Amino acid sequence: MPEIRNYTLNFGPQHPSAHGVLRLVLELDGEVIERADPHVGLLHRATEKLAEYKPYNQSIGYMDRLDYVSMMCNEHGYVRAIEKLLGVEPPVRAQYIRTLFDEITRILNHLMWLAAHALDIGAMSVFLYCFREREDLMDCYEAVSGARMHATYYRPGGVHRDLPDRMPQYQGSSKWHSERTIAKRNGARQGSLLDFIEDFTERFPTHVDEYETLLTDNRIWKQRTVDIGVVSPERATQLGFTGPMLRGSGIAWDLRKKQPYAAYDKVDFDIPVGVNGDCYDRYLVRMEEMRQSNRIIKHCVDWLRVNPGPVSIDDHKIVPPKRAEMKGDMEALIHHFKLFTEGYCPPAGEVYAAVEAPKGEFGCFIVSDGANKPYRLKVRAPGFPHLAALDEMSRGHMLADVVAIIGTLDIVFGEIDR
Amino acid sequence: MATESLTRNARLDALAAAIREHFADQGCELIQAPGELTLIVPAERLLAVAPILRDHADFRFEQLIDLCGVDYAAYGQSEWTTEEASFTGFGRGVDRDLEVEQDDPKRFAVVSHLLSLEHNHRLRLRVYAGGIQPMVDSLISVWAAANWFEREAFDLYGILFKGHPDLRRILTDYGFVGHPFRKDFPLIGQVEMRYDPEQARVIYEPVSIEPRVLVPRVIREDSRYLKNGVGGESSDA
Repeated sequence: MPEIRNYTLNFGPQHPSAHGVLRLVLELDGEVIERADPHVGLLHRATEKLAEYKPYNQSIGYMDRLDYVSMMCNEHGYVRAIEKLLGVEPPVRAQYIRTLFDEITRILNHLMWLAAHALDIGAMSVFLYCFREREDLMDCYEAVSGARMHATYYRPGGVHRDLPDRMPQYQGSSKWHSERTIAKRNGARQGSLLDFIEDFTERFPTHVDEYETLLTDNRIWKQRTVDIGVVSPERATQLGFTGPMLRGSGIAWDLRKKQPYAAYDKVDFDIPVGVNGDCYDRYLVRMEEMRQSNRIIKHCVDWLRVNPGPVSIDDHKIVPPKRAEMKGDMEALIHHFKLFTEGYCPPAGEVYAAVEAPKGEFGCFIVSDGANKPYRLKVRAPGFPHLAALDEMSRGHMLADVVAIIGTLDIVFGEIDR
Repeated sequence: MATESLTRNARLDALAAAIREHFADQGCELIQAPGELTLIVPAERLLAVAPILRDHADFRFEQLIDLCGVDYAAYGQSEWTTEEASFTGFGRGVDRDLEVEQDDPKRFAVVSHLLSLEHNHRLRLRVYAGGIQPMVDSLISVWAAANWFEREAFDLYGILFKGHPDLRRILTDYGFVGHPFRKDFPLIGQVEMRYDPEQARVIYEPVSIEPRVLVPRVIREDSRYLKNGVGGESSDA
């Protein structure tokens, strides 16, 4: 009999299915995982420490870069904490715009997750289709904020500006794109941003059907995900799971329903819940969430069309005055100057505000001592406790299943390492 | 909308009353602010209080949502005082040297956020960990999620967690020295890294950049916030 020893395998940090910079030290018995030790922190940028040295508003851009596939949801969590500290409430149109863009972000995130998860397990084509739809959604980001990803669009007291009346169009033909292709691409872009989003919501359910045709009943997909990484509801709560990870285990918990914020108490949607708590159930939950998000987006578009109004509060101690106003009004000029050289000083105290980000509960804990900068900012990233549970989830599984489990965790290192 | 927030406040009051009733003899202090409850637990009582919060029918805080360290050493200090400027004039220079009191027993705190899925409640726990060698009991036996959060608090603040099975650094580099989120750790760091072609390896050197303050830290009294501020009144539980 040959002597059999455990085998230690180093996985990542430069592995395509490590989703960024995850280093895993795996202890294997043959091909069976005995212990998984994730080494994180390779992307640590000390966001929270940087925020302690900047006025409140200047850190909004850092939030985009935390979970860099669900940008606006992170902004929402941070901005909501500041608003709670200041005791201000954005106008209702801003609430709807935030709801709209939170759901666009949710679809963006879930598409990215689906694409990467499927690619990891060996389904190449889903990846290409998902990125096709992501492109349209990032155009929405660009139309409203000027940036495709890191938008910095939400501000304390509302959003930066109202939705544009014209959707930007592709221009000019080149040797890669003929006139006809350009015209076809601009087909949905003839009207306003809302027209474009509405057109997207018409198309999108069919696209989700397409992904489902490729995966849901696919024999290989099921072999790779069913009964892999099973988490019981009790363990899920113990391990601090939130979002689809918690719902996949059968607990109907969603902050949008249970502790509604923005306009979520005014829109109609359902919470999908899994049964077995395995990778396949979490897949089904996220697929259904995309359909539900589509419903919410539709509702918001309808509301936003008929309800014009202000998109941020009128308090120039917090929100800068309009540029035109500044040209003629001394007070507006002073407000602008004070706001951008010093910022605003919220009262001393502690707040915690959370939103249902696509990955789970994204929360911001702010300690203020009455200064123009946060005394302490703690970002509660949903992926952090999820990845912490990787060891428990992957124990006893095969090496290849680790990849499926990493995929189902939906981790992004921007938020885990912060 | 108004009635909803009213019922939410009523439920928060009920929770506050239940906490006062249960922990009156534990030396805990309850701070009630609009929409937020903070329970300050003495470090030696933490492991007695936590299981009750998790298991008792009135609380059922099944989930530990977050746990983090806080360093209160520079709390309430500003870099630029302008209060009396109109009478005396003031300089543009920034007073950058924070006074850090090393051995204040209330310097370090561990703040955890609890969530009850059953009652839809949130509660914040604050435990003071001491100054020179901060140490508190680990919550890992009560909530498994505490594992990595405590490693993070140890890494960034140097707070030790008694009973944690695997208290290693988590976010900083292998071989990192110091605890970077402490208020006496400079934002620019202590060392920088570069590749040295002569020694043909990566070397660490003291930082060469200068700290710079773009917007000074100021604290201004604002009377608008006093009436419905977050500070709130505190009372002994």
